[in-house]
Amino acid sequence: MRAELPKLPMYLDYAATTPCDPRVVEAMFPYFTEKFGNPGSRNHSFGWDAEEAVTKARQQVAELIGADPKEIIFTSGSTESNNLAIKGAANMYAKKPTGHTQRGHIISVIHEHKAVLDPCKRLEKEGFEVTLIDPQSDGTVTREMIEAVIRDDTILVTVMWANNEIGTFNEVPEIGALCHERGIIFHTDATQWVGKMPTNVKKDNVDLLSLSGHKMYGPKGIGALYVRRRRPRVRLMALQEGGGQERGFRSGTSNVTGIVGLGKACELCAADMDAQRQRLGALRDKLETKITNALDVVQVNGHPDKRLAHLTNISFGFVEGESLMMALKEIAMSSGSACTSASLEPSYVLKALGVGDDLAHSSLRISMGRWTTEEEIDYAGDKIIEAVNKLRDLSPLYDMHNEGIDITKIEWAAH
Amino acid sequence: MAYSEKVIEHYEKPRNVGTFGTQKEIKERTDIGVGLVGAPECGDVMQLQIKVDDNTGRIEDAKFKCFGCGSAIASSSLATEWLKGKTLDEGMKIKNTEIVEELSLPPVKIHCSVLAEDAIKSAIADYKQKNSKN
Repeated sequence: MRAELPKLPMYLDYAATTPCDPRVVEAMFPYFTEKFGNPGSRNHSFGWDAEEAVTKARQQVAELIGADPKEIIFTSGSTESNNLAIKGAANMYAKKPTGHTQRGHIISVIHEHKAVLDPCKRLEKEGFEVTLIDPQSDGTVTREMIEAVIRDDTILVTVMWANNEIGTFNEVPEIGALCHERGIIFHTDATQWVGKMPTNVKKDNVDLLSLSGHKMYGPKGIGALYVRRRRPRVRLMALQEGGGQERGFRSGTSNVTGIVGLGKACELCAADMDAQRQRLGALRDKLETKITNALDVVQVNGHPDKRLAHLTNISFGFVEGESLMMALKEIAMSSGSACTSASLEPSYVLKALGVGDDLAHSSLRISMGRWTTEEEIDYAGDKIIEAVNKLRDLSPLYDMHNEGIDITKIEWAAH
Repeated sequence: MAYSEKVIEHYEKPRNVGTFGTQKEIKERTDIGVGLVGAPECGDVMQLQIKVDDNTGRIEDAKFKCFGCGSAIASSSLATEWLKGKTLDEGMKIKNTEIVEELSLPPVKIHCSVLAEDAIKSAIADYKQKNSKN
């Protein structure tokens, strides 16, 4: 007996973005129309209403991550938060002024998101020195790995909390403790983490934390940066100057609707995070078991336990990624490096993990969310297995593998 | 990326998929020429096999296997269709541009057609080399 077909196309790319929760949209709605005021307007009720809404949202965001509301700076999203945190801290704590070399040392990791790597590259051009370390082959970054590359002139460490492609966690609380011992500012890009995992910036020793609304059922174009105010009090050089909103860290009229949406999204995540983690973790395990039982030469990437519950990244040997996506066109997933799916390049994140080129060419990132059902996961699992089998029937490499030929030993003519 | 209807059609119903034997068997057979082109790290590997009728000198059958994107699969599938019944000289005249045109390949996928042309030439060369020794 076949279960009812789920609705197609199916969305299994929640790590790319999530739909807004209808309750979020409902909360935002009045602030587009009747409560449209500018929270900067201090002398009439329109402004007061807007300010009250922003204050409430700031509280909701702060509560989700264990911060004080004063420590929340609203931004346009994680990219801006990362830029403000990294460039803002580097320039504030620089050992030498602009125009000099040896302005300070920054540590990050090669499998960070481009929104961290590119600001670091920019700083390198502006006289800072950057060390990018390799993660371990399970994708994790430990305190010891950071400790090994800290120098006397290290001013900033930036390590993501959970990786966007494989979901693996890094030792953020431990790295934060290390940074505090050494008097180094610690930033974490927690875009994939916040809203899914319990977070307490105080206990977890974070100085700067980036988060994004659209990864947790809030709207796009809104995010926040947590900036620690006590022990240490973190200062930043603002990137955007003007009216002095957000305590001068981020000028510009507040995106009130977005802020209200982000606040509501944070409140909702706080309420159902634990239940969702359990539910989605069970679905993920079911999917992984099904796929690894049905197919040979498959690899689940990243650390087996230290990873997000709603996400799995699986490599399929001897199958090419783009053709796999073509076979699965009714299921929205990511293939290869999440943000450069359109290119033919294998994923730099999987490369950093040492996944072979042949495997890295065909990896799927499947990420589930609040509305993912068991029926959908059953269907997706069947379809993935069917597609891989179909393409392996076509694959000369799979034939060679079955004949005992090691394809890495063949002299391929690169083109 | 949007694929043309013909690419999708070949991808969904690829023609002449298969091989005339294991790698070892194929190597030993003089009536078969094999072209294996591309590289796994580039994301495309095509294996094209032609079976040549000794008496007529014509390609009586062709088979392919392909590790690659939809356009690569379609290009090699089309190549097998075009090769059947052709003489070796006629086969050598198939141009990648004809494949591009037939499948309406976009510029980023032209390399797939180049690879298919390479596979054809390489399979024919392999057959000729095997048979020149005798």
